[in-house]
Amino acid sequence: MLEAFDKLGIPLHEREKLAGVAVDAVFDSVSVATTFADKLAELGIIFCSFTEAVQNHPDLVRKYLGSVVPYTDNFYSCLNSAVFSDGSFTYIPPGVKCPMELMTYFRINTEGSGQFERTLIIADKNSYVSYLEGCTAPMRKSSQLHAAVVELVALDDSEIKYSTIQNWFPGTKDGQGGVYNFVTKRGRADRSAKISWTQVETGSAITWKYPSVILKGDNSVGEFFSVALANNHQQADTGTKMIHIGKNTKSTIVSKGISAGKGNNTYRGSVQIMPKAENATNHTQCDSLLIGDKCGAHTVPYIEVRNPTARLEHEASTSKVSDDQLFYLMSRGLSEEEAHHMIITGWSRDVIKELPFEFAVEASQLLKVSLEGAVG
Amino acid sequence: MLKVKNLHACVAENKSIKILNGLDLYIRKGEVHVIMGPNGGGKSTLANILMGRPSYEITNGEVEFNGKSILDLAPDARSHLGMFLAFQYPVEVPGVRPWQFLKASLDAKAEANREKKISVREFTKIFNQKVEEVGINSNLIKRSLNEGFSGGEKKRNEILQLQIINPLLAIMDETDSGLDIDALRIISDGINSMRSNQRSFLIVTHYQRLLNYVKPDFVHILVGGMIVDSGGPDLALKIENSGYKDYIK
Amino acid sequence: MPDIFFSHSIDQFNILFNNAKKKSFFDSKVNEIKNIAWDYFLSTGLPLHRRGNEEWKYTNLNPLSETKFTIDADIDIDFSSITKLIPFSDNWHNIVFINGNYFSKLSENSTKTNDINIVPLSSSKLPDEFATLANPDLSPFTALNTAFFSEGIIIEIPDNNKVSKDLNIVFLTSQSSENLATFPRVFLKCGENSNLNFIESYINLSSGNNLTLPVVEIVQSKNSKINHYRIQLENKKSFNIGTTRIEQKENSNFNSTTFSTAALIGRNDLHVLLQEPHSTCGLYGLYITSGDQQQDNEISTTHVKHDCTSKQFYKGILSGRSKAVFSGKILVEKDAQKTDADQKDLNLLLSRDCEVDTKPSLEIYADDVICAHGATAGNVDMNTLFYLQTRGLDLETAKEILIRGFADEILDRFSPKDLHCFLSDYIDDIIPELRDQSDTIGTF
Repeated sequence: MLEAFDKLGIPLHEREKLAGVAVDAVFDSVSVATTFADKLAELGIIFCSFTEAVQNHPDLVRKYLGSVVPYTDNFYSCLNSAVFSDGSFTYIPPGVKCPMELMTYFRINTEGSGQFERTLIIADKNSYVSYLEGCTAPMRKSSQLHAAVVELVALDDSEIKYSTIQNWFPGTKDGQGGVYNFVTKRGRADRSAKISWTQVETGSAITWKYPSVILKGDNSVGEFFSVALANNHQQADTGTKMIHIGKNTKSTIVSKGISAGKGNNTYRGSVQIMPKAENATNHTQCDSLLIGDKCGAHTVPYIEVRNPTARLEHEASTSKVSDDQLFYLMSRGLSEEEAHHMIITGWSRDVIKELPFEFAVEASQLLKVSLEGAVG
Repeated sequence: MLKVKNLHACVAENKSIKILNGLDLYIRKGEVHVIMGPNGGGKSTLANILMGRPSYEITNGEVEFNGKSILDLAPDARSHLGMFLAFQYPVEVPGVRPWQFLKASLDAKAEANREKKISVREFTKIFNQKVEEVGINSNLIKRSLNEGFSGGEKKRNEILQLQIINPLLAIMDETDSGLDIDALRIISDGINSMRSNQRSFLIVTHYQRLLNYVKPDFVHILVGGMIVDSGGPDLALKIENSGYKDYIK
Repeated sequence: MPDIFFSHSIDQFNILFNNAKKKSFFDSKVNEIKNIAWDYFLSTGLPLHRRGNEEWKYTNLNPLSETKFTIDADIDIDFSSITKLIPFSDNWHNIVFINGNYFSKLSENSTKTNDINIVPLSSSKLPDEFATLANPDLSPFTALNTAFFSEGIIIEIPDNNKVSKDLNIVFLTSQSSENLATFPRVFLKCGENSNLNFIESYINLSSGNNLTLPVVEIVQSKNSKINHYRIQLENKKSFNIGTTRIEQKENSNFNSTTFSTAALIGRNDLHVLLQEPHSTCGLYGLYITSGDQQQDNEISTTHVKHDCTSKQFYKGILSGRSKAVFSGKILVEKDAQKTDADQKDLNLLLSRDCEVDTKPSLEIYADDVICAHGATAGNVDMNTLFYLQTRGLDLETAKEILIRGFADEILDRFSPKDLHCFLSDYIDDIIPELRDQSDTIGTF
């Protein structure tokens, strides 16, 4: 099975380089390979396909599946609940700091198909896990649908760091084909727990994605770091939802949207401070970068405050790559394309630096590849 | 090394604003030339045009670098040939670290000239050594390129780049303005240590004071888009005393 | 279920419409647009469904829908006793509307002066732009206004006129035992190179649950400048849902400052179209809510052409169980290069039960623009409060100073002196009430 990865060019073969990364591969929603399972088992960590989890750990699955994302939540999560075939299951026992990054690679192979995988991650009390999700799909003319559901449960004092690099096929330059990426991602943070979503979104024809954190426990923390790129005819509509329920809850949102070609990038975020969320704080920063004059950048923040002790700040800016910056870099020998790439990666650094190192390098390369032809 | 013949230029967005009106300049290998002149005379424009800033348009004339016409070349190609411009106002580039930026710059040049790229280890060694020599605060260098740098720090950073990129012709656009005396000395030392019979300098400046530290071979007076007088270092002293009024009609 | 709500929201307006005395208009175009408006309203009803309705997501109109209104009332007003209740000055050019209709008897010898023409809508030919900024089918409320308006005014400022007197339009609702629905209509065209200061203020003389649905359209010609002030002081049971539409030609300047308080449901729907290059507009507002009030600010600016600058800056002070909405939007179209736009909404929450929903949004299709937006919500800064106390102020005074200080930034934009004085006193009067309704500051 792992050979298939090599043939398909998914960088799973780089796993030697990514020493200490355990990988679970999901093809067309079927989990095909899980590495390092034994080593993880020694620590009591469960990292397996959903099917195995249902067979071997039915209690955990029953207790937490659908507890954060109920099937009634929205059309796509309902569809997923009805048809999901497999996915990835992770459980970190109390007090355990998972020593390696856990990674899932998702791939849609079949043409005109849909992928409906389900991911459930449970960090038990005082545990820690960093989880990576990579997505690819080969070029197909007809469209494909990805309607995944990801549920995170962070129990008291635990931390889950979830990083995504999404590079589903965005469709051709004329807007033909491509993956429709409608993903429901939500986490629940209990007392003093922390959930952190980091995403680099360069693929898909249409992306609708709002990873959310329900800050249920007192002192819980939610973070969202995102770079979304929309080139050619891509539409990226992404953002986050931070629901502050507990006291002293804190959320941070950093969203960087890059629009090029005829792409449209929308940040749509919601910060809700519930009546009992004393001293909740939120800081939101949304920056947009426009490349060319046929693209669009939209920022739609919803801020709903029902507690007067809340402190919220929202800042946003829209800019383009300035001629001065380009000239400066080019006068030092960088080509126009390299100069653009360097400026854009630098501009995105606040988000990219949140990624695990290997992912950060890949993210930077993806931005470069995705923007080819957009500049100049 | 650099031949500028009858150069005419205007602002690209508004062609009625003419900035250079038939400028001639000839710089040989190893020479240090200084251009002085009143505000608005076209000094900075000349520096930027030589490096290929797109906001200006050449309407007439020719510029050759080592026998090759460069007017059609993009700024990066000029850089690969060995030209360098130290900016009057170095640009802030958020998120890009100086180390990363200079490595990319050297790599691009090596690639264009089909040379071997410098290894990360070797580069880091040179980089750290130069940072110390130029006297840049090592915390600063971990930040984004020029972002949050003071005016003096930005200028030092330009000298750092000059030293690492090692060009054949360094054009210094008012690098000395806005510097205190210590910074000025470091900058002059930076320039002086780079002087060799292989490398030339074109120094654009407003003040004579830099010339207390850097001894030029030639001084030119640029007024109204043309060089109206040329001479040795004493010409600068004369200007310091009597100003430009003799040259302005 | 929708049908019941829907018919409920239409029924009473249907009866009012059929029983209303039909006024005759000089310009036959009026009846045409009234028909369009009425048909439109019949097809929409009131926007009671909030889910999925972005424009009404946060404001609950059920209290309005459940109130019975009438449109006829006696006009018996002693105006001299009223001038103390409203922003008023003998230095201004004062125009009075009563129950939604222009009232010439109380309006200053107004019909014609050198620098300003004011004519009743019923006896004039409509300007081409009339009802094109606020279309009859723009919203259910412009539709209702258009269908029901009886006597509005058309104001024209000729070219090259710096209008010396500030124009003040007072919209009064008279004493009545019933709940009155009124539909004031104003159209203003400012000529090239002309300047005007324009104040509109709204007040009820009765304590009923009145409904005021004003529509104001302003066309600004080249190089003109308007300072606009909108003061909403209706009683705490009333509904004021105002629509203001501005169209700016080249190099014009529009500044608007609104003060909204009172009214059970207040809505300030303000849209500026920057249609030609080199124009600027500044939209400022202060909203103060308490009790069960809802104040909804729909503020939008559209940049069509290049080199325009716009600013939206609103501030809110909320107490009691009140609720406020700031829904700001800046749309930058693809030809609007070199746009400089800024959007800000700052809120002071004084009580546990109040709620603010703020949505400062940007929609940008041009790449050479500077746009920034921001929003904050929170209570007064404890450090500042402490600082003031260490300087010898008692807690109550310190609170008052901070509330007042928060308001002043917008208050100071009300430049006409008499208007500024009036509002300053008005705010001083309500601050103790706000302070008393606040259960958050200084308590932890």
